[in-house]
Amino acid sequence: MPRNEAKEHRCILKFEEVSVYFDQPDPVLDRVSFEIWSGETRIILGAAGSGKTVMMKVALGLLKATSGRVSVMGQDVTDFDERQWYEVRSHIGVLFQEGGLFDSLTIEENVAYPLLNQARFMVGGKKPTLDTVRPDVQEALNFVELGNTLNKFPSELSGGMRRRVGIARGSVADPDLFLYDSPTAGLDPITANTIIALLIKDREMRNTTAAIITHRFQDGHLLANFRYNPEKDRLERLPASSPLREKTKFMVMKEGRLVFEGREAELDASLDPYISKFSMHPAKKVS
Amino acid sequence: MLDWLKSPILTFQEFVNLAGRASLNAFRRPFYGQDLALQMDTIGVGSLPITVLIGFFSGVIMALQMSRALSQYGATGQVGQITAITLVREMGPVLTALLIAGRNASGIASELGSMKVSEQIDAMRALGTDPVKKLVTPRLLAMCITLPLLTIIADFVGIVGGYMVAVPLLRLTTGSQYWNNAWRSLEYNDIAQGLIKPLLFAFIIALVGCLYGMRTSGGTQGVGRATTQAVVVASVWIFIVTALVTRIFVNL
Repeated sequence: MPRNEAKEHRCILKFEEVSVYFDQPDPVLDRVSFEIWSGETRIILGAAGSGKTVMMKVALGLLKATSGRVSVMGQDVTDFDERQWYEVRSHIGVLFQEGGLFDSLTIEENVAYPLLNQARFMVGGKKPTLDTVRPDVQEALNFVELGNTLNKFPSELSGGMRRRVGIARGSVADPDLFLYDSPTAGLDPITANTIIALLIKDREMRNTTAAIITHRFQDGHLLANFRYNPEKDRLERLPASSPLREKTKFMVMKEGRLVFEGREAELDASLDPYISKFSMHPAKKVS
Repeated sequence: MLDWLKSPILTFQEFVNLAGRASLNAFRRPFYGQDLALQMDTIGVGSLPITVLIGFFSGVIMALQMSRALSQYGATGQVGQITAITLVREMGPVLTALLIAGRNASGIASELGSMKVSEQIDAMRALGTDPVKKLVTPRLLAMCITLPLLTIIADFVGIVGGYMVAVPLLRLTTGSQYWNNAWRSLEYNDIAQGLIKPLLFAFIIALVGCLYGMRTSGGTQGVGRATTQAVVVASVWIFIVTALVTRIFVNL
């Protein structure tokens, strides 16, 4: 698995005026446009039902956009059919809200799943065996510090551990884009911080492009201000001049619309009452 | 009237669509051989004991019922022929299929239904694998391979059951006459319809189970509903198809 290599600077995910309608007359996603470039960390904030998960499902092709265009890794995928999507999706890592693990497979089989089943890992139409991919699986599980749970089942793990297995499964195939849907939802603050620390570590080690859906402003703050130090194996505050600060951007969703896009300082400076709710240090309104 | 017809027609369209995709996938790489073996074990080997039991008793019942009717005409020697023909043409395929529908259409629907409601099917798609290829095709292939085999076994055990009643129990005929009669009465027509039927039933059971499982919505209750519907719909279609096929073969 190629790790830590410099990936060229390119547009990974692009939405152009994307709208999604379900049965209701009101759109679930209303003319959303944005671009995520390689190496960026994008934090997507918003209240429940504001369209964050729908946006992720459109980026994965699990839902079709009613209008607008979607590009993934420079390819216009708007009109792709299900079969073409499988190839696109095999380059995207996903962590689902509840982990989305297969409950009848062991942890090892869960993490090995992308390597065993995606067409791009087949050699001559034959899929690799569990034995041949075991080193990669072990490495991915070691990364999330669950290296000794190979033969357990998802139901035997705690909620936080399941998320970590989900991260291992999402990153095992070395994706170009990692989508995290509420990685910290429903977790206690300590476990939530370990999950975010893993995301920061993953960003540092593999230079992953990531979009993180969350409603905890602490998550965004940590991602925007900290880096992982591999020598000391801990997080440390980013220097003010670090280029990583430029690469962490925030988006705020409200009722299907994208109402804010920018860096943390801009988020903190916003005077909009809805947007400032997602800021760690909201600006005081001067009256 | 039109509204009332819309939903069954849409379901039928989904069924045909799924049948097409699942069958085409059987010829497309990658192949999931391990999944196929696992399904053949669950459906085939797992259903063997109950199939043998039902097959045996259907033969026993046929022979018992026929013993009285045949003795009225003094034709008790024909018991082997009647048992063999009814079993191979109709009873064997239909009873086995109903049994497997109850056992496996429900199993498939509830398994896929639970995966659907816990978003595992979406996770599968998101991880770049086709759920139709990974879940439906192996089940369809396994069903198409094992159901005809199970039917043949049920037919044979049924004829043995008929023998047990006709020869040692009621002494209607001699053993050699029973087997001779049974063997000679079977024509290619009987064998052909006895093998085409289970193949068609296999399509119905596997695809109805998968379709209702993958359409599940509404949580745990939805899984229960999908399971029930799958068994009912599969059973009804088994009877409709057997009537159609029999109609065709009667004229051949």
